[in-house]
Amino acid sequence: MINQTITKTENGEKKLASGVEKAKFQLNLSSSPHIRHPETVPDIMRWVVIALCPALIASLLFFGWRAIFLTCVSVSFAVLTEFIITRLTGKPKSVGDFSAVITGILLAFNVSPILPWWMMALGSIFSIGVAKMAFGGLGSNFINPALAGRAFLMACYPAAMTSWSAPQGIIKGTLSGFDGMTSATPLAFFKTAVRDGSIANLNFQDALMNLFVGNVGGCIGETSAIALLIGAIILWHKKIIGFRIPFIYIGTVFLLFWLFNGTGNLLSQTAIAIPLFQILSGGLFLGAFFMATDMVTSPITPGGKVYFALGCGILTFIIRKFGGYPEGVSYSILIMNLFVPLIERYTRPSIYGKVRKRG
Amino acid sequence: MSRRFTFKGGIHPPHSKAQTARLSIEVFPAPGKVIIPLQQHIGAPAKPVVKRGDRVSIGQLIGEAGGFVSAPVHSSVSGTVLSVGPFPHPMGKQVIGVEIENDSAEEKQLLSPLNKPWREAAQGELIQMVQAAGIVGMGGASFPTHVKLSPPSNKPIDVLIINGAECEPYLTADHRLMLERTEDLLTGVLILKKILGAKKCFIGIEENKPDAIKLVNKLLSDSLYKDVTLARLGAKYPQGGEKQLINAVTGRQVPSGGLPMDAGCVVQNVGTAVAVRDAILGGIPLYERVVTVTGPTVKNPKNLLVRIGTPIRLLLEACEVDFKATQKVIMGGPMMGIAQSDLDAPVIKSTSGLLVYDKVQPAIREYPCINCGRCVAACPIHLVPSRLAKFIEKESIDEAMEWNIMDCMECGSCTYVCPSKINLVHYVKLGKFHAQAKRAAATNK
Repeated sequence: MINQTITKTENGEKKLASGVEKAKFQLNLSSSPHIRHPETVPDIMRWVVIALCPALIASLLFFGWRAIFLTCVSVSFAVLTEFIITRLTGKPKSVGDFSAVITGILLAFNVSPILPWWMMALGSIFSIGVAKMAFGGLGSNFINPALAGRAFLMACYPAAMTSWSAPQGIIKGTLSGFDGMTSATPLAFFKTAVRDGSIANLNFQDALMNLFVGNVGGCIGETSAIALLIGAIILWHKKIIGFRIPFIYIGTVFLLFWLFNGTGNLLSQTAIAIPLFQILSGGLFLGAFFMATDMVTSPITPGGKVYFALGCGILTFIIRKFGGYPEGVSYSILIMNLFVPLIERYTRPSIYGKVRKRG
Repeated sequence: MSRRFTFKGGIHPPHSKAQTARLSIEVFPAPGKVIIPLQQHIGAPAKPVVKRGDRVSIGQLIGEAGGFVSAPVHSSVSGTVLSVGPFPHPMGKQVIGVEIENDSAEEKQLLSPLNKPWREAAQGELIQMVQAAGIVGMGGASFPTHVKLSPPSNKPIDVLIINGAECEPYLTADHRLMLERTEDLLTGVLILKKILGAKKCFIGIEENKPDAIKLVNKLLSDSLYKDVTLARLGAKYPQGGEKQLINAVTGRQVPSGGLPMDAGCVVQNVGTAVAVRDAILGGIPLYERVVTVTGPTVKNPKNLLVRIGTPIRLLLEACEVDFKATQKVIMGGPMMGIAQSDLDAPVIKSTSGLLVYDKVQPAIREYPCINCGRCVAACPIHLVPSRLAKFIEKESIDEAMEWNIMDCMECGSCTYVCPSKINLVHYVKLGKFHAQAKRAAATNK
């Protein structure tokens, strides 16, 4: 009796066709396809973490060990929050999929290196607890959890969230990237320069180089364009991000700031320097390569990605040019996240064989 | 090199053909007993015309077609009919079949021959012979060939495409056929071209078979084949799917819900073309085919010429399958093949391969859908499989229909790439089943 229930041998009582002694073995009957690509969700997540490492190293070089410490706080609290919530709700353990690690790193990358550690922890708990787990965990969140955490911290602790420090790590520099200008981050400095008209006299050359390398004040992970580019190349190689969203997002911001550069013409050195300055600062690279491309909260349809990136670019431009904030990346992406279901519905790919007939 | 044809979408699983691509086709000796199902094709099952105790010869009719969209079935051995009744079928259920004991006399009974050279025969005569030979699509679809060769007059055919893609991993039966029976294949192609009256003909071969491409190209240089061109295809799954093949080679798309003839094309597998030639020139009905037996637990993989009705167990034993290490036996390829539960099930007309696996892929999802979009990029029909699966989970059949679930060809590309290991195609199959049930319930009201 027991044997019958435990081992279901194939071909129970039927007569053998060949007369050879039948080996007892079990046959699995799951449905096709019977092969799978080896890549799993944790594999993808781990590569994203690896791609974020150049920026992490850059933050160490420019902002010192505090940046690393804050990142560790953020990641620990993110993982802990997810672990505790899955335990309390009786859901299967999900921290092994590494997505909480990514949220932790990205949230840390979005705050100032001198933020108090307990605010970091709170932001992390909010990102995972509210923006992700309350909606059902990985795959069910409708907004980018790291950006949601940042927005939460901005709302609760605006002063702390806008206190910066110039690079004082192994590499030292000014806050704004411009020599001698120590009072504000690049974009804040830019806004005042536009207002008081000194924008036309600025030496952009050095500032642009500082921005590209990361020798400016700002959030932990957003300052070094080159480090983020290296990370993006890793993600492109692994086919984890595509080209549409980052290029259209960055391209739109560049185009709009070039067309509306405020100097009155389009071909002067300043006219080109301004849009370049804009795309290299304010966390645009971080947002365009690592957050707007977040799979869960960006459109799944190829056409949808175009509209999503366009929307992000236009909103970033509007917020930076006309809004009270010097930078607009996080809010643009959060707002476009809300439109994703609508965008997906109207950008369904045209299927093979629809409408087109012979010839 | 010549132009390379391909289509949008698809996946690149490892080919896994190195084991058997260089092995010549071996004749597998006829077994002591065969079980020939009367349903080995799409359409109505054949009706038995023999009963217990009857003596039959190889090629003798044992089941007559059950209608126009049906096919006759012939004996693959000579001997005595042991019984007519339900037997295990590789598609999973029990099907009425004819069990015949082989007397090893190898007596043959052929079809009544054409009394003229095939070039002078009328279209109808040729189609009739194809029908009488019981030929069905040998690529796996098993659609009755004579029906495919008889499109209605309001659907003119101008392109014939011969399918030598063999895009499924592991399978090499068609590859070997193209190498070893090249002239017969090309004769079959010309016969098919004549039947259809097609102006142009393409032979599509994937570029992972360079030896076949070279050989076929060489023979095609003869003026006999002036309207037949070789189309070199990108090696991608599912290039061998009719719709993808038509799109790659001609740029046309088969309209949704339609058939290749709606795009002016007919596609035939290379094995079918060879079978047509054998029937027309040799009067030979379809009673044997090439099967690739391979996989991780096979010690001695082979390409075998097997009589229809041979129990698959015999083939596995001949190829020294390590049964203790085997967890799955698949009829067909790894992407769309069917897992076998009963090793006494027979080889049928559409059995292109037998795969034996030691490891089994996850049947249940491991992670939630992360909206990564790999399934969208892979889908050759350009659907959004992840969305369809979510609709089916919520049982919103209407929304799934709106997102074109019925156009899914169930190739499995989406499921192959999914990093969360969600069995997307299984959800779609379930959804189609519910949609059809709903439709049936609505018409019955």
